[in-house]
Amino acid sequence: MDAAEKEEISVEDEAVDKNIFKDCSKIAFYRRQKQRLSKKSTYRALLDSVTEGKESTRFQIINEAAKVPLLAEVYGIEGNIFRLKINEETPLKPRYEVPDVLTSKPSTVRLISCSGDTGGLVLANGKGDLKCHITANPFKIDLVSEEEVVMSINSLGQLYFEQLQIPPKQSRATKENEEDTSDDTTQENQEELGLWEEKFRNFVDVKDNGPASIGLDFSLHGFEHVYGIPQHAESHQLKNTSDGDAYRLYNLDVYGYKIHDKMGIYGSVPYLLAHKLGRTLGIFWLNASETLVEINTSGDTEPAVKDALTQTGPVAVKQKVRSQTDVHWMSESGIIDVFLLTGPTPSDVFKQYSYLTGTQAMPPLFSLGYHQCRWNYEDEHDVKAVDAGFDEHDIPYDVMWLDIEHTEGKRYFTWDKKRFPNPKRMQELLRSKKRKLVVISDPHIKIDPDYLVYAKAKEQGFFVRNHEGGDFEGVCWPGLSSYLDFTSPKVREWYSSLFAFSVYQGSTDILHIWNDMNEPSVFRGPELTMQKNAIHHGNWEHRELHNIYGFYQQMATAEGLIQRSKGKERPFVLTRSFFAGSQRYGAVWTGDNTAKWSYLKISIPMLLTLSVTGISFCGADVGGFIGNPKAELLVRWYQAGAYQPFFRGHATKNTKRREPWLFGEEHTRLIQEAIRERYTLLPYWYSLFYSAHVASQPVMRPLWVEFPDEVETFGVEDEYMLGSALLVHPVTEPKATVVDVFLPGSSEVWYDSKTFAHWEGACTVKIPVALDTIPVFQRGGSVVPIKTTIGRSTGCMTDSPYGLWVALSTKGSAVGEFYLDDGHSFQYLHQKQFLHRKFSFASGVLINSCADKRGHYPSKCVVEQILVLGLKKQPSSVTSHSPGLNHPADPGYSGPGVVSS
Amino acid sequence: MLLVLLLLPMCWAVEVKRPRGVSLTNHHFYDESKPFTCLDGSASVPFDQVNDDYCDCKDGSDEPGTAACPNGSFHCTNTGYKPLYISSRWVNDGVCDCCDGTDEYNSGIVCENTCKEKGRKERETLQQMAEVTREGFRLKKILIEDWKRAREEKQKKLTELQAGKKSLEDQVELLRTLKEEAEKPEKEAKDQHRKLWEEQLAASKAQREQELATSAFQELDDDMDGAVSVAELQTHPELDTDGDGALSEGEAQTLLGGDTQTDAASFSDRIWAAIRDKYRSEVLPTDLPSPPAPALTEPREEQPPVPSQPAEEEDEEEEETEEEEGGEEGEEEDSQVPGEQPKETPPPVVPPQTASPTEEDKMPPYDEQTQAFINAAQEARNKFEEAERSLKDVEESIRNLEQEISFDFGPNGEFAYLYSQCYELTTNEYVYRLCPFKLVSQKPKLGGSPTSLGTWGSWAGPDHDKFSAMKYEQGTGCWQGPNRSTTVRLLCGKETVVTSTTEPSRCEYLMELMTPAACPEPPPEPPASGNHDEL
Repeated sequence: MDAAEKEEISVEDEAVDKNIFKDCSKIAFYRRQKQRLSKKSTYRALLDSVTEGKESTRFQIINEAAKVPLLAEVYGIEGNIFRLKINEETPLKPRYEVPDVLTSKPSTVRLISCSGDTGGLVLANGKGDLKCHITANPFKIDLVSEEEVVMSINSLGQLYFEQLQIPPKQSRATKENEEDTSDDTTQENQEELGLWEEKFRNFVDVKDNGPASIGLDFSLHGFEHVYGIPQHAESHQLKNTSDGDAYRLYNLDVYGYKIHDKMGIYGSVPYLLAHKLGRTLGIFWLNASETLVEINTSGDTEPAVKDALTQTGPVAVKQKVRSQTDVHWMSESGIIDVFLLTGPTPSDVFKQYSYLTGTQAMPPLFSLGYHQCRWNYEDEHDVKAVDAGFDEHDIPYDVMWLDIEHTEGKRYFTWDKKRFPNPKRMQELLRSKKRKLVVISDPHIKIDPDYLVYAKAKEQGFFVRNHEGGDFEGVCWPGLSSYLDFTSPKVREWYSSLFAFSVYQGSTDILHIWNDMNEPSVFRGPELTMQKNAIHHGNWEHRELHNIYGFYQQMATAEGLIQRSKGKERPFVLTRSFFAGSQRYGAVWTGDNTAKWSYLKISIPMLLTLSVTGISFCGADVGGFIGNPKAELLVRWYQAGAYQPFFRGHATKNTKRREPWLFGEEHTRLIQEAIRERYTLLPYWYSLFYSAHVASQPVMRPLWVEFPDEVETFGVEDEYMLGSALLVHPVTEPKATVVDVFLPGSSEVWYDSKTFAHWEGACTVKIPVALDTIPVFQRGGSVVPIKTTIGRSTGCMTDSPYGLWVALSTKGSAVGEFYLDDGHSFQYLHQKQFLHRKFSFASGVLINSCADKRGHYPSKCVVEQILVLGLKKQPSSVTSHSPGLNHPADPGYSGPGVVSS
Repeated sequence: MLLVLLLLPMCWAVEVKRPRGVSLTNHHFYDESKPFTCLDGSASVPFDQVNDDYCDCKDGSDEPGTAACPNGSFHCTNTGYKPLYISSRWVNDGVCDCCDGTDEYNSGIVCENTCKEKGRKERETLQQMAEVTREGFRLKKILIEDWKRAREEKQKKLTELQAGKKSLEDQVELLRTLKEEAEKPEKEAKDQHRKLWEEQLAASKAQREQELATSAFQELDDDMDGAVSVAELQTHPELDTDGDGALSEGEAQTLLGGDTQTDAASFSDRIWAAIRDKYRSEVLPTDLPSPPAPALTEPREEQPPVPSQPAEEEDEEEEETEEEEGGEEGEEEDSQVPGEQPKETPPPVVPPQTASPTEEDKMPPYDEQTQAFINAAQEARNKFEEAERSLKDVEESIRNLEQEISFDFGPNGEFAYLYSQCYELTTNEYVYRLCPFKLVSQKPKLGGSPTSLGTWGSWAGPDHDKFSAMKYEQGTGCWQGPNRSTTVRLLCGKETVVTSTTEPSRCEYLMELMTPAACPEPPPEPPASGNHDEL
């Protein structure tokens, strides 16, 4: 214990220190690009080189410094997507192109080329409503939609491409006597540029491949609002970076990360969305190396300056001077491979992005319940006591979690025999209440020849290698460890096999998995991660694929859980590190947050950002991982968490116990109430996840997604929509007595979900709040399916009846959907065992119809309560014409709901 | 409500026909022949709407046997065990909550009836508990009596000690006066002795200097003309004053006080003092011995064999701290080493010697008269100190007794017996040690120093049961956390033993101590029927 504690101490001590992480000035490729770009050497396209292949149109681009031309390829992709690839035509050795992120090879559509003016080329999609105008000199691409230039590429001339070179030792030999007159050769300059070697603190990054950085700029015309590129502890709307550091995408383990900071934390999705009235765009920069993104938004206040500085192209000059956002992407390595998602609506962009990277995996129902975690539940007795505590206090919960201490010395796939002598018995206890268990499994493997997982992986060469060719060794929880190379398909296959019930001793089918520390976290490594020159499968350097390491672990874990059930059961896997496409494998959370109001508040924009970049199943640790929340903060956090997709209470080791019943009767009741609200809305949550799964629509939506024509919504991040029906404005201030809730939409009507009071849209209302108030509003025109009876877990509620909250629009109508399946298997997919219903209310009649005829699923459930909000007058009678509504409803009982006004 | 039910004989309750989930007590509210009125009186519904799986009453009373109402209660008869109300939301949820299985009548799962078995176990446990409580309470009464007696004895002893203390104080004052009186002539005699010796030393030193000067003069006076000239002085270049390594004529003349030569008398009077430190004798190759240090080595007093005296001053400085710790350490040692014993063997008395003084540097022994004064004073000192120590011991004992007597050992002093005891519990990794009313500590099993998990804070049970828990606070600090603390829960048992130690929150420990002192008065022997039937 002592040794481990010391280790922890040093780690935690270091981790809160921001100096151990780089800012832009410490990143050599950033300095190089800045230095070189200030010298302005522009690329031009060689139009006589244009060839039109079956899939793409290719041409060369060249600049003075490059000498050798680059190859550019433009693809048209199904669903109004363009893809631009720029690579060396014949690089010294292949450059890394990110595999496994695109779900399949995207179907291309042939682009029709029509030569534009003499210095250019125009590529149009089939319908001709979308065009790429390629200007030859200087090289520039304008994306034109219905004669409007929506985006320009390289209009600022920031295209940057470091071609692979022969290492200087060899090259010096060849040109020994040549006088190299270039100004980059002095010792200091070499160091400054970090071409072959880069120093940071005590670390030296030796780069065998030399400089290989790339960069490109995108000007978004008329756009002032950009979003995306998680993960940062920042606002939802991306900020201008001209005053400071760029947004960094580099997966790092930052314990107690600072908020309102653009430093890279656990995961990266190099995907940015832009929105303005009438159009939403997406830029997906498919690159897994360290990436920086600069954002520069200029309003229309200084037209003269802007005109002179930025708008140089012929098309742009014709444009009216207006606001514009420039986005500058820079990556350390790889190629330029960028997808332009042209929208035009937010919903279209979501579909386009998921066409490329896949949709949210359909979560097993239990995982939408409440999760109880702590580092650590000490032993079986502790687990039993906490489990009993929930029943004793009549608080529903679904999943008990075990952190690293459940293992034998942090050897994953094992159990500490003293604390957990009988893990199966413990799981049987949970199973008897239809609850589940999640245990942790990290990518570092303790170096111990007697540890079977290590021995097997070692024997087969399954670890990441170091620069010198041996197994990479780094320090993490178990002490000295090696790291599984999940980028190798063979390693993933083997890792998946470890989850088989016969292999993973003490595991049962209610056990699911949590992947932590998979940035990867390496305690004594540079920036607490792996050296960039570590070697992966296929001899790729770690720098090429750093950001996708965690993605692969979650992929292999999810696959393992599917395989152990012989392909039948849906897995649940939570990961801390992620990349574009991680939504296909499970859930993501925001890592080591802190028990402070500011962290509760920022959880909303952080989750909104994840949500619009495809990761719907996301959450923040309720209560804050680090520190001890006061009762008020904990209650408010439960209330907020109940309305966020992944709902888990978690706390670090040195915090006080904080199970929901430890803060006095009143607070226990408030927390119980919040969790019950979650369970009441489970059918709605589940239906929303189905919509995310099949229709790519995020579960948690920023207001601008639901109200894309209302400019006032574009910057809102203290409230959000859950689906299209509920507006949630969590209380995130201490001692709040009133919150200002913005209810958007001039033709909307909104109903308070508890008091049923209603307001016309497009106004800000002052809502008085007590400690038991969770401001939630139902949008007129929606139907929300609910459960009328709350059991102790989702599994215990399978047969409990449903209710419908029907909130009428100003026109007296409402629609909504409802999805149901067995909650755990793939039969919804393979056997079409599901129900997808549609509810519509008009002229006083509620119709329950089938939304997807392919699905069938028998259910004993009844709809026992229908609450109609916004009826103009008291109904005189209620009749039912469907066997589905089995009770002749009594308008008297549902009285409070039938609002007549 | 539950209590009332417990007292009712229920063995024939199953026979009574009533709606599912209704207890016998509430049976009469559910009359098939009448419309049902919700128990809260809020509404009335036709009887066929009772248990029709649709919630009509706000209080949930129309659906005692289904999960339809969110706030309803389902009653399990649990024949053979205790009847139980469960939340009606748990009816038919696939989890067996009632031991008779009646809550799962339509969920597809089969619940075994475990009431008989549970009842049997419960009875056994209750019997055991009752037995333990009876025996424990008997022991507790003895403990209370013991403490009553012990407390009286201690009180008596305290009174005695307090009386004894007064006379001791007087004696200490008397001895202090005697000591001070005896020390006066001692000091005078010793001062006189020292003065004489210092005069003697000074005289002999002057004489030695004179001899040295004379011999140097003779050495310098190469031509034996009875005078040392500039040239003769120049043969000793070590006397160089400007650092150039040679003694110039001018320098030599300056040394000679401006004269060209000097005679023996003025050499030793004026010049020798200026050059003696540098002067190198031609006879002796080494430097002149440095002037003898005025080493004032006192002769060893003939000390009576009292070993602890050299530590006297230190003792007084540390007095306060030592008293604070004294209590604890003393307690622990009580059991090990009976009687008075110095804590550490005193360091061997090293004679206060400086580097080998020559015989003549040594102060001659005191004359008989002085030595007599010294001996007399020493004896007075010893007597005084001895008396003072006794007084301190008595004061200490008084303090301890007062503390113990006034300590809150529970309503009847039943916990007093724990006062000077310690109890240990060994787990996989640690040995936990509880010394009630003092401290809790944790020591690694495989060696290593103990960590304090807190020192006595207060009784910490809830207001109505203050003596059911103890709180120990301010233990060793945790990294980035609070100081360690321990709550000790007291449970009724026949023996006094620590049964468990856990750390439910980091650095907040929970210990359970079984003790007869925690046993409540058992209810009077129940008549043979009573509770038993119900189980």
